[in-house]
Amino acid sequence: MPEREQIKKTAPARQDAEEVAETPATSEKGEALKAELDDLLDEIDDVLETNAEEFVKSYVQKGGE
Amino acid sequence: MAVAKICGIETEYGIVQRGVPESNPISASSLLINAYITELARRGTGYGPAPKAAWDFEDESPGNDARGMPNVGSLAPEIETHLVNAVLTNGARYYVDHAHPEISTPECRDAMGVVLWDTAAERILVESMAAARALLPEGQEIVVYKNNSDGKGNSYGCHENYLMDRQVPFGQVVVHAMAHFISRQIFVGAGKVGTEMPGARRDEVPFQLTQRADFFEEEVGLETTLKRPIVNTRDEPHSDAQKYRRLHVICGDANRSEVATFLKVGTTAIVLAMVEDQALPREFVFVSPVAAMRAVSVDVDLQRTYELVDGSRVRALDIQWELLGAARAYADSHGLDAVGAETGAIVLQRWEEVLTGLERDPMSLAHQLDWVAKYRLLDAYRERHGLDWSDARLAAMDLQYHDIRPERSLADRVGLERLTTDAEAVRAMVEPPTDTRAYFRGKCLQRWPGDIVAANWDSLVFDVGQEPLRRVPMMEPSRGTVDHVGRLLEACETPAQLLEQLGS
Repeated sequence: MPEREQIKKTAPARQDAEEVAETPATSEKGEALKAELDDLLDEIDDVLETNAEEFVKSYVQKGGE
Repeated sequence: MAVAKICGIETEYGIVQRGVPESNPISASSLLINAYITELARRGTGYGPAPKAAWDFEDESPGNDARGMPNVGSLAPEIETHLVNAVLTNGARYYVDHAHPEISTPECRDAMGVVLWDTAAERILVESMAAARALLPEGQEIVVYKNNSDGKGNSYGCHENYLMDRQVPFGQVVVHAMAHFISRQIFVGAGKVGTEMPGARRDEVPFQLTQRADFFEEEVGLETTLKRPIVNTRDEPHSDAQKYRRLHVICGDANRSEVATFLKVGTTAIVLAMVEDQALPREFVFVSPVAAMRAVSVDVDLQRTYELVDGSRVRALDIQWELLGAARAYADSHGLDAVGAETGAIVLQRWEEVLTGLERDPMSLAHQLDWVAKYRLLDAYRERHGLDWSDARLAAMDLQYHDIRPERSLADRVGLERLTTDAEAVRAMVEPPTDTRAYFRGKCLQRWPGDIVAANWDSLVFDVGQEPLRRVPMMEPSRGTVDHVGRLLEACETPAQLLEQLGS
């Protein structure tokens, strides 16, 4: 998926360096959270439903309760 | 004094049968549950179904071995599609409700118990899916989703139940419960892409806190499927109606986060205990409760204020801070025995942590709250791929967050904090809580599955041979615990002995 790779390359991984929080602890935590999120996005590409539109369209439930 | 807040959750799961041109959700739900029950019986572990037991005498399962240990050789997998209504050895009820599989947890003594048996219920559904897959032709699969809406205006519920003192004027319950239900959305919401408000375009709202707020049209009422009310008035105590009422709460979301379920049940139990002990000094009466319910849900910044009848304006967070303050004072003055002292103390601590997090930086709670975890994930995906919130890929991820198959679930991948261990959850799939009447129900089903012909929340019916059927009433939810009947059950070899000892 070239599109994804391209976006990944330009993904602003350090973007929040400018808006760093007040304390080093928070910014470290923020960085860690962000890195974790990037990894997660890479990982879930393999498990996401392949045809999103069709999947969403076909998910129809009867009301309950 | 407030009565013990015995509580439970009943969850309707979304269901899809894949690999067929048109699936029937009712037969799919029946197949799913039957597959699980058949699999339990096949394993012969002693946690199988009571073959003759039906819920409320509704139906029976002909052809099963009356001894409760079915002859394995005779269990050719057959696909059953009749409506199922089973009672499990953990004290839960597993059944088809409308067009959904539903599990009601056993009665639990506190919020931690509800979390454990709700997690166990998820695992029962996961095992059911695997059992159904083994029965279905190649290429077909039944998949369930722990959510509350299909994104097209159809909703199904996750209802909570709390035991309450009958003496408390219902009007008092309504006032305080309503304020809590509207404001607690900021931490109990499971998150949703878009809106399903009648007449609104789906993408008028990019993302909202809850699955359910779009579906509430009344303040107070009896309905659950049409014109849903924020406070439900169903009066069906399943216990001594002179002493108790059961508050049936229909406005919550089904959570994948254990912390969210814990706070949902834990804070609500404390608020209701405070109502009983008249420990809530201030009444937050909204000018427009239904509008506020929806407005809180779509305000992801949490800063919007709402008008109260006393003329003041408050944020949802302000109400929650004040309830927390009242709860701390209540813990000092009355103790938290009503909600389980140990659990109550943890609720107070986590309640404060979550409100603090929501106040400072909601995204810091991405490992605790469903709506935050979902929002953060979807927003990051949206940015990476340059999508609009209306993109189908985000709606698909919203659904897939609630897919409970471990290999597909997004909620299972976002690092949600656990309050239970896997070992505890596996045990709770078959073992009942020890501290409510569910213990008696579950243990009797384990000991004498072939002799119980009907089970209900408030009774068990035994068939002990020539005599007429014998009903054992269980009108007191806090009795029938291990402390109360553990030794008695140990001492009895047969149900006839048990009945004699009970003097019924």
